[in-house]
Amino acid sequence: MIRDITLGQYFPGKSPIHRLDARTKIIGTFLFIAEMFVVNNFWGFLIAGTALFTVIGISRVPLKFIFRGLTPVFLIIAFTFVINMLMFDGRVLWHWWIFTITYEGLIRAAFMVIRLVLLIIGSSILTLCTKPIALTDGLEKLLRPFSKIGVPSHEIALMMTIALRFIPTLMDETDKIIKAQQARGADFESGNIFRRAKSLIPILVPLFISSFRIAQELALAMEARCYHGGEGRTRMNEIHFNKEDIVAAVLMTIFLGIIIGSRFIA
Amino acid sequence: MKQENRKTFISVRNLIVDFTHVNEEGLEELKTRAIDDVSFDIEKGSFVSIIGMNGSGKSTLAKCLNGLIMPKSGEVYVDGLSTYDEEHLWDIRSRVGMVFQNPDNQIVSSLVEDDVAFGPENLGVDPVEIRKRVDSALKQVDMYDCRDKGAHMLSGGQKQRIAIAGALAMRPECIIFDEPTAMLDPKGRKQVMNIIKELNQEGITTILITHYMHEAEQAERIIVLKDGKLYSDGKPSELFGNRRLIEGAGLEMPPLIDLRDRSGLPESATTIEDIICLLK
Repeated sequence: MIRDITLGQYFPGKSPIHRLDARTKIIGTFLFIAEMFVVNNFWGFLIAGTALFTVIGISRVPLKFIFRGLTPVFLIIAFTFVINMLMFDGRVLWHWWIFTITYEGLIRAAFMVIRLVLLIIGSSILTLCTKPIALTDGLEKLLRPFSKIGVPSHEIALMMTIALRFIPTLMDETDKIIKAQQARGADFESGNIFRRAKSLIPILVPLFISSFRIAQELALAMEARCYHGGEGRTRMNEIHFNKEDIVAAVLMTIFLGIIIGSRFIA
Repeated sequence: MKQENRKTFISVRNLIVDFTHVNEEGLEELKTRAIDDVSFDIEKGSFVSIIGMNGSGKSTLAKCLNGLIMPKSGEVYVDGLSTYDEEHLWDIRSRVGMVFQNPDNQIVSSLVEDDVAFGPENLGVDPVEIRKRVDSALKQVDMYDCRDKGAHMLSGGQKQRIAIAGALAMRPECIIFDEPTAMLDPKGRKQVMNIIKELNQEGITTILITHYMHEAEQAERIIVLKDGKLYSDGKPSELFGNRRLIEGAGLEMPPLIDLRDRSGLPESATTIEDIICLLK
């Protein structure tokens, strides 16, 4: 029942975006997120949107996948729109009981929704075009300079690697427990939301116990393979910046300039 | 394969391992003596099986051999290095690889080749050399074509072969297999057993802990444990020629030997050829 979940949401491909160093993409994404808060008018969004869809075009990820990422947050987007629409004073367009829609509120709401959509699409490109493992490797390397001030960069990356590795294993485990409980007459499908939440307890408790057992066995297996922390460790696939990364960095800098410039239009 | 005067590789002397737990008064209390005064030597390049009932201490013994468990007393030497010596612990573990029972819970990375690289990465091997080792280890277990697959897509037998490749990539001199086939289907079991035998032919000292008599039978020497004590140690033909010895350890005869005895053939017949010959 839960087998077909994909790891992260990686969309395999060989586009220039896929080939970029994960670090470039991580920095680019964070830069893009920050830039979305710099933008203060619709012209800025137009420029950012054009740039974003150009990147999507180059990555050759089908638009269907891009918009699929928006569906789980649709409620939040709708909520943002309604709240912003109703909360602003200004030229009244429509009024009923305690609800007032103003011209300024409408503009404001549209502004916020565009920002939110661009933010979500922008960050989903990172996970769509980067293998989860490359992502953890990139994160480890980016955080490495901070290990001097006590940021456990290697441990964080290893934790993410193991978490990714064990998602399917724990899914199988959950499936097994659910089936075992159902075979003993447990009912997970009827009743109201509280009753259903309560019926999850007999699944969660065994799942916790078995994940501790798995952790113990894994730790032993890692020790048997000489794991002793990040010190003195090498990597088989050292990641390198390529020509493409330099091109991307230049483009990202130009884009940053344009976005800052866009504040002064109108 | 039968060479005389082989060098001792692992040597176990008067090994005692206790499992303790802390009682309500905060005092350590003996729960079970898992290994009780066990001594033996394992020669370089040999193929040794360790068998015994559940709870006889097989797995505990195996974990002592590469320093995963520290004994209460007694000594374990790997190529002359004591497992008590923390300085040599990583050296010992890289020389004595280990493959565990559950194929799922010993694979660290989601990608096959990344997982095989985990051991040499820990040892700080140069990236170019790691690549070479990973490729050759994967070829040895016949999994090279799956190198860029996700570990969760593989069958149990394939996962177990990846685990073997992971141990091989550290270039060990000895590999301990702790019931590697217990959770596999017959096909996977056969493949894993064939790889184990091949590796031994290539000169890797092999220690196989198993439940299956027909697997133990393929070793050149069988060590039987009972209640943590060394119960018997000798050639398979000696052990399986002695029904009382086998049943005393709570074990079953391998199917072939069982057939021999039930057909009333002499105990001197220990191989399939002998038995076929006599049955004619």
